[in-house]
Amino acid sequence: MALKISKPGLSTSIQDLGRPGYFHLGIPIGGAMDRLALRAANMLVGNPEDAAGLEAVFLGPEIEFTEDALVAVTGADMPIMLDGEPREGWTSFTVKAGQTLSFGFLKTGARIYIAVAGGIATEADLGSRSTYPIGALGGVEGRPVAEGDVIPVGDSGAAGEGQTVSTGLRRGPTNPAELRVLPGLYWNRLTDAAGEGFFEDTWTVAPEADRMGYRFRGGRPLEFVDREQPFGAGADPSNIVDGCYSYGSIQVPGGTEPIVLHRDAVSGGGYFTLGAIISADMDLIGQLQPNTPVKFVKTDMDGALAARRDRRAVLQSIREELA
Amino acid sequence: MKTRYTFGGDEHIYVEMDEEMSLDAFFKSLSMSNAVRAADIPGVTEVCPANASFQVKFDPDVTHPDEMLARIKELESQAETAEKRMTTRIIEIPVFYQDPWTHDCVMRFRERHQDPSGTDLDYAARINGYDSVEAFIEAHHSQPWFVSMVGFVAGLPFLYQLVEREKQLEVPKYLRPRTDTPKLTVGYGGCFSCIYSVRGAGGYQMFGITPMPIYDPEQKASYLKDFMVFFKPGDIVKWKPIDRAEYDRITAAVEANDYAPRIAEVEFDLEAFNADMAGTNAKLMEALDGA
Repeated sequence: MALKISKPGLSTSIQDLGRPGYFHLGIPIGGAMDRLALRAANMLVGNPEDAAGLEAVFLGPEIEFTEDALVAVTGADMPIMLDGEPREGWTSFTVKAGQTLSFGFLKTGARIYIAVAGGIATEADLGSRSTYPIGALGGVEGRPVAEGDVIPVGDSGAAGEGQTVSTGLRRGPTNPAELRVLPGLYWNRLTDAAGEGFFEDTWTVAPEADRMGYRFRGGRPLEFVDREQPFGAGADPSNIVDGCYSYGSIQVPGGTEPIVLHRDAVSGGGYFTLGAIISADMDLIGQLQPNTPVKFVKTDMDGALAARRDRRAVLQSIREELA
Repeated sequence: MKTRYTFGGDEHIYVEMDEEMSLDAFFKSLSMSNAVRAADIPGVTEVCPANASFQVKFDPDVTHPDEMLARIKELESQAETAEKRMTTRIIEIPVFYQDPWTHDCVMRFRERHQDPSGTDLDYAARINGYDSVEAFIEAHHSQPWFVSMVGFVAGLPFLYQLVEREKQLEVPKYLRPRTDTPKLTVGYGGCFSCIYSVRGAGGYQMFGITPMPIYDPEQKASYLKDFMVFFKPGDIVKWKPIDRAEYDRITAAVEANDYAPRIAEVEFDLEAFNADMAGTNAKLMEALDGA
């Protein structure tokens, strides 16, 4: 069983839940930007939740199936077509050998996840099939999918079509999108006024938004507490002695445009970070389009852990619904 | 040194040994990150040592963040008394300074630089008080360097020069990071040199390029057979300036899988180094002569 890529879309890549364990060497965890959507797609077709699927951003691919298959598409709202006939998102459907899966124009969200029963069976690097193009790991020979690729799919179990995740359990961004932030890391570099302004202002997603990080603009520049720069940091007040970066951490080079590091994060660097997006809101970033208005919302550790519990409860509900 | 503990969201604890860079801060952070690894605290998934700090990634559903913080803090006194010495290796890395590829990139991103009128090397030489770019380059390669962190992107080493603080070179990072940097660029930011292991974004000033691959998932080179990443914290590097002809010769050897750098095993003892930097460095570099 294989998938023939007739059109790759804008950037479609093989992703699973990533390769933890190598961040100390600069190799990020990677994997699906919207992990819940990938897990749900896999559950819908009877795969283990961490099986590899396709992540497509903004523009869907066109895929021809060499054999009968069970398929589900989750994540962003993008019309799904099988030989031109509409299919439902977040719902499993069967595909016959020779049929073509394609997509219409993106409505809301940013990334879709395509799971095929059996899971994508390309070779794993360092324990994961996730595509990390900078380091040439996973994916198709270390890169996203391209026209003409033939992607192997593993053997599948016996899940049936028509399974669906109810709408209340799907999550998409509000307008403005709200991203909860736990202040910390080098928050102490900011003046009180800058810290308040960061949360007061409405930001928008910049065009430079990808798997490594999302850039935001439109808020007021941040001002720093005066200090003599520590030895080794560099002269700009936004510079620090290069340290590790957290996933979700928010760096603001020069105090102007915040960048939130995501799954393919750089593991460290020399820009101060003011805190991090809480783990519960990381999936949501993966569904933000450029120009989306965004409010950063301050929370504390209790708030972050409560939000994390909420997300786990949703995942558990999906598991029970599809069990 | 004043240790600062902070959370990076709900899944990371960040520990800064010191705001400023020093080998003492590096050794303490390395000892402490080793101690965290050895302590085997439930829920810890990654321990990442950096120049003067380290980070622990953990699952807060397994161990509560406050409990994790307390467990890590307990290990600090142990790290303070750890020996600041290691058996390591010195590697000679060829560098083609002022090469055409990084020069092209320097020019493409001029508007993101502090001084768009010159090159990164012109700027770095001037703000560090050197009369010429040549004298600055000489200062960059005459004494060895210590790998104090691996990261940013896959396999990229951060290097700290083994000289007195007043001789350390210091430059700011670009005002806004570039979207591109040639693979194997030798860069500089703050007091650190680096080698961009892969092509990609970057904020460091660009001085030259090495023909020696330091990251390869296919592990073609003999010196990458053990793992796809060449460097590890504690490695010592001596830059060797080369010209275009030598660069081309090494590049051809790399392509024929017939290149290996000069490497020698050495001891590094921080106290001995602090007591006699010139003598320690001379001994380190001598070790390369036999390699």
